[in-house]
Formats: sequence, structure tokens, C-alpha cells
Amino acid sequence: MAFIPHTEADVAAMLAAIGAQRIEDLFDEIPAELRIGALAGVPEALNEMEIGRLMSERARRDGLALSFLGAGAYEHHIPAAVWAIVTRGEFYSAYTPYQAEASQGTLQLIYEFQTMIARLTAMDVANASMYDGASATAEAALMAVRANRKSTSARILMPTTVHPHYRRVAATTTCNQGLRFEQLPYCAEEGITPAASLARFEGHDVTALVVQQPNFFGRLEDVDALTDWAHAHGILVIAVVNPTSLALLKPPGQWGARGADIAVGEGQPLGVPLSGGGPYFGFMTTRMEYVRQMPGRIVGRTLDAAGRGGFTLTLQAREQHIRRARATSNICTNQGLAVTAATIYLSLMGPLGLERTAAAAHGRARELTAALTRLPGVRTAFAGPFFHEAVLQLDRPAAPVLATLGSRGILGGLALTGYYPELGSALLVCATETKTSADIDRYRAALADALQQTARAA
Amino acid sequence: MPVSEKVIFEYSQPGRGASDQWPHDPGAAALSDVPPSLRRVRPPELPEVSELEAVRHFTRLSQLNFSIDTHFYPLGSCTMKYNPRACNQYAMLPEFLARHPLAPESHGQGLLACLYELQEMLKAVSGMAGVALSPMAGAQGEFAGVAMIRAYHRSRADAGRNEIIVPEAAHGTNPATATMCGCVVREIPVGREGDVDIEALADAVGPNTAGIMLTNPSTLGVFERRIAEVARIVHDAGGLLYYDGANLNAILGKVRPGDMGFDVIHMNLHKTFSTPHGGGGPGAGAVGVGERLLPFMPIPVVGREGERYRWLAEEDLPHSIGRLSAFMGNTGVLLRAYIYMRLLGRDGMRRVGEFATLNANYLLKRLQQAGFDAAYPQRRASHEFIVTLKRQARELNVTAMDFAKRLLDYGFHAPTTYFPLLVPECLLIEPTETESREVLDAFVTALSLIQKEAEHEPGRVTSAPHTMPVRRLDDVRAARQLDLTWKPTAQP
Amino acid sequence: MSNVPADLRYTRSHEWLRTLSDGTVEVGITDHAQHALGDMVFVEVPEAGRAVKAGQPCAVVESVKAASDVYAPLAGEITAGNGKLADAPETVNAQPYGEGWLMRLRPAPGALAAAELLSAADYQKLLDAEAG
Repeated sequence: MAFIPHTEADVAAMLAAIGAQRIEDLFDEIPAELRIGALAGVPEALNEMEIGRLMSERARRDGLALSFLGAGAYEHHIPAAVWAIVTRGEFYSAYTPYQAEASQGTLQLIYEFQTMIARLTAMDVANASMYDGASATAEAALMAVRANRKSTSARILMPTTVHPHYRRVAATTTCNQGLRFEQLPYCAEEGITPAASLARFEGHDVTALVVQQPNFFGRLEDVDALTDWAHAHGILVIAVVNPTSLALLKPPGQWGARGADIAVGEGQPLGVPLSGGGPYFGFMTTRMEYVRQMPGRIVGRTLDAAGRGGFTLTLQAREQHIRRARATSNICTNQGLAVTAATIYLSLMGPLGLERTAAAAHGRARELTAALTRLPGVRTAFAGPFFHEAVLQLDRPAAPVLATLGSRGILGGLALTGYYPELGSALLVCATETKTSADIDRYRAALADALQQTARAA
Repeated sequence: MPVSEKVIFEYSQPGRGASDQWPHDPGAAALSDVPPSLRRVRPPELPEVSELEAVRHFTRLSQLNFSIDTHFYPLGSCTMKYNPRACNQYAMLPEFLARHPLAPESHGQGLLACLYELQEMLKAVSGMAGVALSPMAGAQGEFAGVAMIRAYHRSRADAGRNEIIVPEAAHGTNPATATMCGCVVREIPVGREGDVDIEALADAVGPNTAGIMLTNPSTLGVFERRIAEVARIVHDAGGLLYYDGANLNAILGKVRPGDMGFDVIHMNLHKTFSTPHGGGGPGAGAVGVGERLLPFMPIPVVGREGERYRWLAEEDLPHSIGRLSAFMGNTGVLLRAYIYMRLLGRDGMRRVGEFATLNANYLLKRLQQAGFDAAYPQRRASHEFIVTLKRQARELNVTAMDFAKRLLDYGFHAPTTYFPLLVPECLLIEPTETESREVLDAFVTALSLIQKEAEHEPGRVTSAPHTMPVRRLDDVRAARQLDLTWKPTAQP
Repeated sequence: MSNVPADLRYTRSHEWLRTLSDGTVEVGITDHAQHALGDMVFVEVPEAGRAVKAGQPCAVVESVKAASDVYAPLAGEITAGNGKLADAPETVNAQPYGEGWLMRLRPAPGALAAAELLSAADYQKLLDAEAG
């Protein structure tokens, strides 16, 4: 019996101790009409060899493609040591560290993680993580409503250069708590949020402004101007940032004169594999003055009964607390294994490794866009600097081109037609340090062929 | 066990690093297009250590932990069963690990087949009409469930229904979720034998009732015997029933929530379906729905057309409550749950419920024989049960917390303490089906020894633990003097 | 047995109220409440000048176990929040009726007379009923 150690002798002895005849008797409080016989709809058990074979077949069927996809999930080199350690039983099968004395490993790791993320974002304090970047953004909006005492409107300015899925998740998560999101249009030429789109909110009660850097298009927003404008009008700034990019780009704690108020983002680039979309983790940091408004778990250092240092979950009263006056969160988990991976990754990469990764990724992205835009019918959508991904526009529908590339084992990018129809046949393409010049050339050649083919088809 | 381990920053030396992990230097020209005003001025202060130093540090940290792989972990409501290694190995096959969430479906039929079949198996064990896999934790699954209930009432122009009924013994996330969905919470009492007070429920329902949130077996470790009546009362009043699946392990393969009358459920895949707890996550809170709530399921959901699988999103489910995750939820966790369910198969599921219940009832009986007080002695244990130490607290001044800490010295992780709040000085004990009789007997022996100590040498218990890397920690100081990030000159 | 001074008035939500000579009232949480919450780690008090309604949450007391709203016992305007509690929240535990006061407010006209307050004896009855 899979994973069940009991022998017949065990069962007999245990039933005798309980004073029951059969295991079925132990269910006698459950009304008979509710108890099912066999489970329909579940196949017979496989043994480990059989499931291994099935999974391997399915994996082979999916195969490995040469991917130039980004859009919120990024392929980076992950040192072998990271997951070798993460999958140690003592990390893998440990529980939430509620009994602190038996969980110092996990607690100290989270404390180190909090420190690294706070330093990376140049903010004061971090929590132990949220589910992903999108839910962290939603939680940041709720937190801004709690933290901004001077505002009662719960109005959040949300540029349309923020990841479309993040905007959707923010709406879904907060829709029953009275938040209102105002979508800010982007500048068609530059693909960033222009100061002009903010002007009409001057003099109005606005709670927070969200700024994603790099934005969904890979473009770099004018974070200083946006931050200073917001602060001048009593508006809190929520930064949504890519952690790898922070090795090279100005961190949110240094945006404008005072820095962002809350910084969140997707932590997946830090040692977490793409894995079909999850599990990832969202990070959240803030200033010390708002720490009590921050949701999620937080680890603190303290002393034990012998005066030695130790770690424990702290500020827990906020988690269970239901305050009806302001919006709340029900979150009670963090993304433990993913956070463990990120902490080990950051320790192995260090500041220089992360910087090199960011620079190499950016260099490859520039190389990619240069190579592809040399082809007739391919141009960059926006003028201005980008970081490791960019929007290209084709002179013909993108879907058939992508399909042709796909049949040759190349995932050319994300078609944006569904998200931004005004951009026409646009593709979001990404290259990280994992791509070589040969890979880029392979893409260029395949795209050249694909363009020829579709021209002929038309 | 190592006694302690420095913080990683204390190993840092400028210039050290695992240089074979770094990409080659692209040169300064690589960044020439980024304006200086947007550049970082000083590098982030991350640790500068060698690869061996990092490996040794984190390995030593892991050795400071209790875990299922090393210790019996009878945490009530958490279902700390063995996490099969096969689940990890096959979920981490290179093709699955490398898959980008936005890669086309044509390149993901293998993965999608696994997820589709997982949906189908979860439907079968829960007795529900539809399953959505994207919620990334139990709490997110709860949120989806209550949001769907609200969406249902709104779609019937019944938006005034904003009250959620919750038993007083409910887990803290239940009322928090209700508030997060803009609802008002109405608590109803629980009777002396652990069942919900039916008369109080009948009084509490009305035209404002959106629904009720229940766990069954309840947080008190006993089966809600009058569940059929509860369902009838709530449905007759126009409300829906939400099932918190935290305790599904007790009835897996024996009873289906759908048959009990529940309209929407969430399942904790990291409990019942043995995906790793990982020191606090990641989990997955798949939701199941009855026919009425199918249109509102959170997207995306896996659909099948003939032999092809595809994602169903906004266009397919226009009345969906929306998206909860940037992509499709915790796919790697879902794969682990899939593999686990295939390893159990039809008969294996049933055995989970049976042996989880056998182990719990055996442990309860042995502890009663050893002189401990059950909170509901006249009831069968489900997969868990409550022992109350209020007598020891009153007579010996030794609390449940003290027993819990002393258990650590005996090599057992403590059970859940002080939940549910309804039972004073309680231990909520869930052995799970993967533990052997010898482990359960050893646990009884340890608790009996601690009881003796409490009677003759109480100081040993009240100042426990003694053999852990740290003694009892000052959590008042932790909250008053916040030290949340490491600073070079900080002294503990 | 918790301390219930006879000269104060009380609310069902475990706040106490003292009338000061200048016509303002002083508000805090009772000995029962501080004991139930445990060691205070953080206290948030309202700012002077804020208008409050009866029953409106206007302060927070936080221990390691729970964070609890404190409700204004009557309508009025806050004249002071106890600034000392920011650095010494434990004062609420040690001296709940003295130095651990949370806020002072000037009642709105007629608010004091209209307020639903309990005498010490009635509050004690409430505590006895809750314990039983």
C-alpha cells in the first residue's frame, strides 16, 4: 500500500486497542448515505517505475525549444547547488516555522532573504514573500490604502504599461474592497507613461500610483519624475520591479527625492525555474514607518532565554487581525521553497554575478533586436532605452509567423495583439544571458525564412 | 545538529564569489544606452562568499530544522504526511522545468494532459462538477470560493446577500476571507459535542445570507453529523455552502464534499495531496465547484477538445471572477500532486482516509489510557483529535505551550497548540496515515514522561526546550524591538 | 480577579472612561483587557483634533497574540493621544488605569449623558458572566 506502513498485524492490534472490529467502524458517525464505495473517475494506482515512464514520455513529447519569451517570467542560469540544497529533506519537508526552536534553519534563511531583498530594492524592510509578483502588486494596493492616512478615495493610478495580467489580478483580488483603479494611457511613440497623463489628477484625492520598471514593454519609465510628482500630491508610490535589473538600474528606494513607499515584484528570476508558470514568489518591501501595514509573514531576530540570538516570526497579530475599518488581507503563507532558492542563488551570485547577469541579458537583448530589425518588415515599436526585452512590430500578422517559428523549435516571443490591439502586429521579445550569438542568429535566419513564406502565402 | 550558524553576511569578504557561475563580462558598452539617471550608483550589498562557503552555510541551516523527513510532525490541520521523492523527481524533469508559462499549447500537450487529468481526479474525489487549479494557496482558494458565491448572487440580482456564516471554531482565514470579499461575518456557536448549533444556524440565515463556510470534519476534529440538515437550512434560505478542505485527509476516498451538499470547495494540495510544505510554501489551493458556480471559476482552466488540450481563459469563461495568478498558478506543485494521485490510485485514496482515521483513533485511545483528557471523549476521532491540558494548567501550572516545547527535546515536533481557540490549553493532534504504530507509541511514551516531569519537576517542562539550537525565544522583545534585517554593527 | 476601580465608567468592549476636571474624558483599556491580550508590543493612538463618533475604532493595542481595536466610548474630538506609549507600550499592562491611558477627548454636546456606559458594578457583572 503506497506510503502506508501498516501490516495486518498492526491493524489488528490497533483495532483491538481502540475496541473496534473493523476500520469501517471508525466511520460510524458519518451518515451511511454519504459513504461511497469505490471511487469512480480515478484510475488504478501506478507504481513509481510506471509513473516515471509516463511523466518522461509526456516531458519528451513537450520537448525543449529555443525560447525568446519574457513577459514576466525569465530564463536565467541557475547554479546546480541551488536546488540540490533546496530539495534537502530538512528544507523540503519542513513546515511553517511556528515552533521557532525547531525551525531556526528556515527562520534564519528568511531573515537573510529579507535582508538581501531590502538591500536589493534599497528599502528598509521586507516580508517573507507573497505568492507571486501579481498578487504582491494587489496586496501593495491594499496596503497603500491602509497606509495613506491622508487619502480616503482608495483610488489607485495604474499605467497600462503595467503587465496586463498583474492589472487583472489586482482587479480580481480587490474588487470587493472598494478600490478603484484608474488606467493611465502610455505614450504611443515612447511606450512609457507620460507626465501629461498624470496632470488631470492634480487636486484630486488619489491614494497611490503604481510604476513598473522596466515596464511590460521592457521600456524604462521616468521613475524620478513620476515619484516626485506623486509625493508632491500626497500620493504613495508602489514600485513593481524586476530583481535582476536592480543590479544595474536605480532601485526603488532611490527613486525621486524620497524613494518609493512600497516596492514589489516577481522573484522568479532569482534562481527559480520557469516550471510552466509556478511556483514563483512575490517580494514586498517598504519603509519602516509602514511595516505594520505590510501583510504576510515577517521574521525578526531576538534573544532566547539564555541570552543568545535566535529568530522567530514576529508582528503576527496583524495577520489574524480583522479590522473592518480598512481593507485587509487573508494571506497566511509564503512561498518557502522558492524563497529558499532565491536566497541561495543570491548568495552564490553575489553582487558581481548579478550585475554580470543583468548586463549580459541586456547585451543579448540589444543584439537580438538589432539582428531582427535588420530584416525588412521588422521594426522596434518604441524609441528609447529598454532592459532585456523589447516590442517589435511586423508588417504582417504575427500569429502565423510565430507558428512557423514554433514548428522549427523556436519560441519567438509573445504576440501582443490580444493585450494591446492598438500596437498592431506586435511581438514582445526577450533574450537573457542564456542565449548565445549563435542562438540569435538561428532566430534571425528562421524569422527571415518565415517572413518570406508568409509573404508568399499572401 | 549544529548548535548555531552565523548569518551569511558575516562570512562575506570583498572580492570573494563563485565566479564560475557568472556570465562573461559583456563590457561597459553593453549598457551605453541606459541613461545615467536611471542607473544604480552603488552595487547591492549581497554576500560575497565562495561556493563552498555558501553550500556549507545553507546545508548547516537545513540541519537546524525539524522536518517530516527527520521527525514525527503531528500538527493538527496541517497533514504532515510523507512527501514522496518521486513527486519531486518527475515534476522536475528538464522539459517541465524549462517550460515558459506563455509557450504555445502545441509545445505543452504533455504538461496540459497532466493538469487536465489532475482536474478530473480532483473532481472525482470531491464530487464536484468543475475544478480550477490556479489559486496558489488555501487562502487564495478560499478567496476564490467566496468571490464566486458573491458573483453568483450578483448574477441573480441578489447582491444584497453579503453575510457569511462561520462557526466560532473556524480557522482565522475564514472570517478574514469573508471580509476581504466585502462580506459581513456572522458567527454561530458550536454545541458541547462539537457539532454546529442547528437552532442558532436556523436563526442566523435569512435574505442576507450569502453562504456558510464549514470544514468537515470540523476544526474540532469531529465529523459534522447533521451536515445534511445544515445544507438544507442554508440552501432553503437561498445561501450556498463553502467547504474548507483543510481536513479532507480524514474522508479522502470515503466521503465526497459534493455529496454533503457543498457548492464550492477548496483543497489544500500541500496537505491532502502531499506536495511539500517547504518551510511555509509554496502550496496550491485548487477549487471545486458545483454546476451553479461553473461559470464563475477563476481562469485559466485546462480544457480538452478531442485529443488536444488548451487553456480556457476570458473568452471561454466570460463570467469568471477573474485571474488570481500572473500565469496559471503553481504548476510545479500541481505536477507533484498529479504524480502523488497517480501513485495512490483509486484504492490508495480510500486507504488514506481509512489509515489516517485508524492512526488518529489509536493514538487518541492510547493517550486517554495514559491519562490525558480528550476534548470530545464521546466522539470518534476523524484524522485528528484534541487533547486538552487545562487540568495540568490549573493543577500543575504547566501549559500546553510548555508540553509542546518539551516534546521537542524528545525528538517530536509539537502538535498544533491553542487552535481551535474554543478549547483551552489544547493540542490538536494529526498523525496522518504514513506513520507506523511504533512512532505513535513512542509519542505516547514521550507525552507520558513529560506528564511525570510536570508533576515532579515542573521547571524542566516550563523552561523547555533544552536541547534545541536555541532556548525559548522572547517574542515580546521581537515585536517591541524590531530587528528585521541584518546590520553589520548590530549585536544580538 | 481583575482590578475594576469603582470611580470609573466602563464599556462592553472593555474600555474605561474617567471625567477630568477640565470637562474632557480620559479613555483606556481595562485590567481585564490588558491581561487577556498579554504583553503589549505596540500601541497606536489617535492624533489631537480628530473627530470621532461613539463606537468608532480610533486606537489599536497590539500584543504578540492579537491586535485589538479600541472604540471611542462617545462622540467628540480627540484632545490628546498618549505619546509615551510609542516607546513604552508595556505601560498599558503595568498601569492600565493610570499612565497607560490611551487618549483624551472633549465630548460633543450631550454625548456624555447619552453614552451607554456601565458602572463598575455592572462591568464586574459582565466579567463574571463572560468567565462563567
